[in-house]
Amino acid sequence: MTGWTGNVLRVNLTDGTIRKEPLRAKDAEAFIGARGLGSKYWIDDVKDLSVDPLSPKNNLLFATGPLTGTLATSGGRYEVVCKAPLTGTLAASNSGGYFGPELKYAGYDLIIFEGKAPKPVYLYVYNDTVEIRDAGALWGKNTHETTDAILAETDPDAKVSCIGPAGEKGVLFAAIINDKHRAAGRSGVGAVMGSKNLKAVAVRGTRGVRVADGTGFMKAVASAREKLAANPVTSAGLPAYGTNILVNILNQAGGLPTRNFQTGHFEEADAISGETLSSTLLVTKKGCAGCISACGRVSRTTGKFAGSGEGPEYETAWSFGADCGISDLSAATKANFLCNELGIDTITMGSTIACAMELFEKGLLTEAETGMDLSFGNADSMVEMVKKTALREGFGDKLALGSWRLASAYGRPDLSMTAKKQEMPAYDPRALQGMGLEYATSNRGGCHVRGYLTSPEILGLPQKLDPDSIAEKPAWLKAFQDLTASFDSAGVCLFTTFAIGGDELAAQLTAATGVPYSADSVMKTGDRIWNLERLFNLAVGFTKGDDTIPPRLLNEPIPTGPAKGKVSRLPEMLPGYYEVRGWDEAGVPTDAKLEELGLERL
Amino acid sequence: MEKVLLISPEKCIGCGSCEMACSIGNEGEFRPAVSRISVHRFEGGQNVPMACLQCEDAACMAACRTGALSRNEQGVVVVDRAKCIGCRMCVMACPFGNISYSRATKSAFKCDQCGGDPECVKWCPTRALEFLPADTVNLQRKRAFSATMAKALEEVKG
Repeated sequence: MTGWTGNVLRVNLTDGTIRKEPLRAKDAEAFIGARGLGSKYWIDDVKDLSVDPLSPKNNLLFATGPLTGTLATSGGRYEVVCKAPLTGTLAASNSGGYFGPELKYAGYDLIIFEGKAPKPVYLYVYNDTVEIRDAGALWGKNTHETTDAILAETDPDAKVSCIGPAGEKGVLFAAIINDKHRAAGRSGVGAVMGSKNLKAVAVRGTRGVRVADGTGFMKAVASAREKLAANPVTSAGLPAYGTNILVNILNQAGGLPTRNFQTGHFEEADAISGETLSSTLLVTKKGCAGCISACGRVSRTTGKFAGSGEGPEYETAWSFGADCGISDLSAATKANFLCNELGIDTITMGSTIACAMELFEKGLLTEAETGMDLSFGNADSMVEMVKKTALREGFGDKLALGSWRLASAYGRPDLSMTAKKQEMPAYDPRALQGMGLEYATSNRGGCHVRGYLTSPEILGLPQKLDPDSIAEKPAWLKAFQDLTASFDSAGVCLFTTFAIGGDELAAQLTAATGVPYSADSVMKTGDRIWNLERLFNLAVGFTKGDDTIPPRLLNEPIPTGPAKGKVSRLPEMLPGYYEVRGWDEAGVPTDAKLEELGLERL
Repeated sequence: MEKVLLISPEKCIGCGSCEMACSIGNEGEFRPAVSRISVHRFEGGQNVPMACLQCEDAACMAACRTGALSRNEQGVVVVDRAKCIGCRMCVMACPFGNISYSRATKSAFKCDQCGGDPECVKWCPTRALEFLPADTVNLQRKRAFSATMAKALEEVKG
């Protein structure tokens, strides 16, 4: 095989056996890699879909795509796949940096972890040499200490993906952190890793990734790169300001959720913006493997929130900023550093603190319980709560379960800003109608990177859509969801879709793998992946009723700002969405749809 | 016209495009481990690409006893595989680690500037790598700095 290495590494942590097996070529063609192929393998291997996410029966996959580790446009991505403890859906958490490519250079498309190690271990891979090593001395260490210690005892050029204390302690939204600063962030994949006593995966690869048609591949990459270089977002906005360029843009649209989505406009937005970040805390920008945009931010804070690291991304500046009513960028950045070091998802962490702040504001939570003042805007408490959550100390133990379980414990699940129990990111569905439909239908729960309609609704890419209109949104969302599934599965960065689409992805995939992909087949493959995830959700008990967003967004008009007076019109969009998806009125794929995609019910 | 590889680490974003372009060009596969150029990424965000800069007084050439290393008309130090006995004295002699040994070809290998059109330069997205005429290579850095000076002077006048 080319593009793919053709090898899968299967590691049983219970009995310590390690097997190398050939990649299933047919499935690879049909599901590409990473998110799609990883999900297919998970379902076929685990079989009992009702498995407890934190039990040894939940497999954990590190999955690359056929373009990972090549010169393809931003081909530095990999995906962590398992059943998610936060949501009960399949988790597929995407990360960049340099770990994914290294796994390919070692000669593997996937590593599949089964079972649970009797004591803390880490996996070391050096090409064909694969060892399960003792991690007793690493347990309890943060991700930076862990990475440094493993590099010191293995190879300084190895790449490390690991968990921090949060993953060890089963924080339901613990992340897996690679290259110290990049996160497979969402849905609690870090808690699954911790439940297996697996502290880290360290990989050194000195081999190569071959492509079917070298000349054709380089031509396809050159042509796609030209489009990235000509696009204002990928060539100017992201390099200059990172993703945090969005703070002021969303605020001006009235869609910057503020104080736990109580409104969509933050008076002090500019203080946490990408522009402010660039002129204050930013040290330099950084690119993942094969990326020309370099949206990564290397930053440094001083004073009481002193620290250094990477970030914040837009979602993080928002979650620890506007959503908590905080305008201190140093505090939000420090919280970001802590999340990377302790191994926590920044979106769920910030939104869960915001939820606690609203409970506090409403008098449902008292200082006696929280141990500190949790008023909106209290930056000291916010930063402190991040530490307490990771270590599950005091009130942090309650935050460690995410906002849905927290708010439910106080009788107000409606105050949890989640879809399918996962916190929604930084776009108010009342101001961006398409994003509401996106959150409600995302197979892994509240998430912005499953069908980013912000691109047409706000940025005007590939064309401008009115954020307030609903008629065309179902069809647009389906197209974005399908395209995104294929980009994720190929191992390239979603951000390239600001500039390139199915044609450019198909050209790169075809030249790399030798399998003839077209723009149409890329979309159909995405549709197949989307429906596979949907079938999983239906099989484990999710229904149409779960395709929703919090009642606040459906019923309470935005009280202030440019989108004042608006609510989400999700109920009007959902039937149309099911229709364009080829699903029945209950949101179940029809027989005809499944036959078209070559899928069977689970 | 003799041209040289100019590396500007401050412009490097660490993407490693150079390593991938070099290895597919020279080895036919994406394989940074055998790339003639490598990017070294540091904690504070600094990235430093390292490749042979074709030393005037090349330690590798001085160490080679078989004549396998020589300088061509373009000023590039090249390896003659037929003459290389695989002793790796050149690898030991280079103070920068910019010449390597391949167990596959049983020969030393290093950057040969792709015969005059370096792939790494073509694929570098930020111009951290440039291939410029040897006698004027530093002018652009002077130009960049002088622009800063000019701006400062303008502000002083204003």
